[in-house]
Amino acid sequence: MTHRIHPATFVLVLAAILSSANAGQDKGANNIDLLFSNLDMHGFYEIRSGYRTRKDKYEKDMSIMEQRLQVELSSYLDWADFKVKGDLFGDMVEEQADFDLRETFIFTRPYDFMDLKVGRQILTWGTGDLIFINDLFPKDWQSFFIGRDTEYLKAPSDAVKVSLFSDFANLDIVYTPQFDPDRYITGERISYWNSGLGRLAGTDAIIHTDKPNRWFRDDEIALRLYKNINNYEYAAYAYRGYWKSPGGLNATRTQAIFPDLNVYGASVRGNAGKGIGNLEFGYYESDDDQSGHNGNINNSELRFLAGYTQDIGKDFTAGLQYYVEHMLDYDQHRDSMPAGLSRDRNRHLITVRLTRLLMNQNLRCSLFTYFSPSDKDVYMRPNVNYKASDNLALEAGANVFFGDYPSTFFGQFRNNTNLYAAVKYSF
Amino acid sequence: MKTILFFMFICVISSPLFADVNAVEPNEIAVSTTEQSLDVDSIINKANIMAYYQGDDGKAKVNMKITDKNGQVREREFIILRRDDADGGDQKYFVYFIRPADVRGMVFMVHKHAALEKDDDRWLYLPALDLVKRIAASDKRTSFVGSDFLYEDVSGRNLAEDTHELIQTTPEFYIIKNIPKDPDAVEFSYYNVAIDRKTFIPMKMEYYDRNGRLYRTIESQKVETIEANQGDQVVQYPTVVTSIASDLNSGSKTEMQFTDVQYNIGLRDDIFSERYLRRPPREAVK
Repeated sequence: MTHRIHPATFVLVLAAILSSANAGQDKGANNIDLLFSNLDMHGFYEIRSGYRTRKDKYEKDMSIMEQRLQVELSSYLDWADFKVKGDLFGDMVEEQADFDLRETFIFTRPYDFMDLKVGRQILTWGTGDLIFINDLFPKDWQSFFIGRDTEYLKAPSDAVKVSLFSDFANLDIVYTPQFDPDRYITGERISYWNSGLGRLAGTDAIIHTDKPNRWFRDDEIALRLYKNINNYEYAAYAYRGYWKSPGGLNATRTQAIFPDLNVYGASVRGNAGKGIGNLEFGYYESDDDQSGHNGNINNSELRFLAGYTQDIGKDFTAGLQYYVEHMLDYDQHRDSMPAGLSRDRNRHLITVRLTRLLMNQNLRCSLFTYFSPSDKDVYMRPNVNYKASDNLALEAGANVFFGDYPSTFFGQFRNNTNLYAAVKYSF
Repeated sequence: MKTILFFMFICVISSPLFADVNAVEPNEIAVSTTEQSLDVDSIINKANIMAYYQGDDGKAKVNMKITDKNGQVREREFIILRRDDADGGDQKYFVYFIRPADVRGMVFMVHKHAALEKDDDRWLYLPALDLVKRIAASDKRTSFVGSDFLYEDVSGRNLAEDTHELIQTTPEFYIIKNIPKDPDAVEFSYYNVAIDRKTFIPMKMEYYDRNGRLYRTIESQKVETIEANQGDQVVQYPTVVTSIASDLNSGSKTEMQFTDVQYNIGLRDDIFSERYLRRPPREAVK
């Protein structure tokens, strides 16, 4: 898998950071000493296991069975902060051990008006709760669906983030020199609807992709212009890159591809009544098929989100979101698809989040539900997390999929419904 | 220094009044006549400033030890930065979590509004997700980080939410009874605050339930004088460095200690913005 990094790379990156710290200053040796004396180490060790609740003939019964050690090293010098964070994990579903380098970056504030973060980093912006319109940074849907911690929904980017600040507005520029796709559903861990085969599929039909991977040519750029006015947060966004999960098929329909995508959008978030309200929209311009005639490539879309969160009791919070994806060249899409295989023009989605803290906030019960009235499918994420002590947490949860049709966004995953439990020791 | 305290101490300030500090017998009244001219509003305003607004800004490292009725202990450690827009007015808080390990690096930011009708603005930053969350702030009487201190104890209860009555003056304390104007909005029917007559620091707060039963206390256990610069002058800020909140119903108590207390360190307003929420300033993490 492309996202896994060889441990040697990790060591090299660390060495590069150390030497750059060294080279950037006259008193190199002192800097190295300082870097080590400022070093801070934290992390966790976790055991997580889960099973499918029903038989899936394309996947193992075990949905997750892993031990994971995350180590985070951070340090700083006068002019910069450094961080390296990686996960070493052994996984019995895929029967292998792996290293996932989550973050390795240098952060510096070279000027009063500028922040700079270079390296592997987790990036998030936008206003949605587990719904992303203008956040085109990579997601790990597989981790999300098999019951890893929500932290793993965000996959790292190898990027440069430049942030510029002024009284007029602030600007974030994220440049990713080589396209970082989502860690999308491939069939390896989660069975899915394979439209080519016209049935559910999994390990028998792993999705093969043709991924843009030329450095500095197959690149991505994401911009956010934002300003806080009386604590209403306004933002405008632009993105130039690719559909982050496969968004089409090649001409011979043998490989999934990542067609060109441009996104333009805006959002606002702030206090509304007794809670927090947010609005966000995005125009998804499917650049390889502007006319919408190519049935093999995603249609252009408008996406819109409205959300509201409020306390509904002591340590009890409810959040509600409405989201819609609207295909812009729907007639062309319908004409280009074989009868019966076209999508609905609009995909409506409603989400409800309920979070309740109990036992002095040591027990967190939460339920996040996606419900699509147009697709007639549901995805529920119940989770209970108990902090037995400051270091030890026990967790149990489920990923529950329902659907009337086997091909809809969540309905296709109905055989992947799973229960999981975890023990996590943080240090 | 104000800043610091406020946090921890919170209780103190907000609108507390309280009465009967330990060992203070209701009858042993020995009021000096010169002080009698102080009316209740002046007392609570001064106490509010002392508890939450000392200095123009402040910083402290806070350790919380939460002990439940079974003796199980949980600890919290964070650095808190505070900046006042105006004494007794709007404030900004920046809280950087150090412990427990699973919340290390998390940041909680508050823009506190003195206007009664305006809810505070709160943000939470989760570093593992690089996520800036906005948090609804309608209920301030919920526990702060699972401790026996409430949000309102940390950042102060708006004085205008209660009516205040000076019920007793002892040689050491003004004892003020505070009754909520909107009783349905809070869990107490009233609370008494004992305010030190010399320093105006709230030394003890006692909360009574609807049956008139004492169910919650906050005590200032240790006050230190912190020296700081104000312009060219050296000034002294008496600061509560240890306070204890006890929940008599659950048997749980939380000891909050402030170390590294500093005032007037020149915190800029823009520190309390998304830029620093995503990447805290050095002041906040060391």
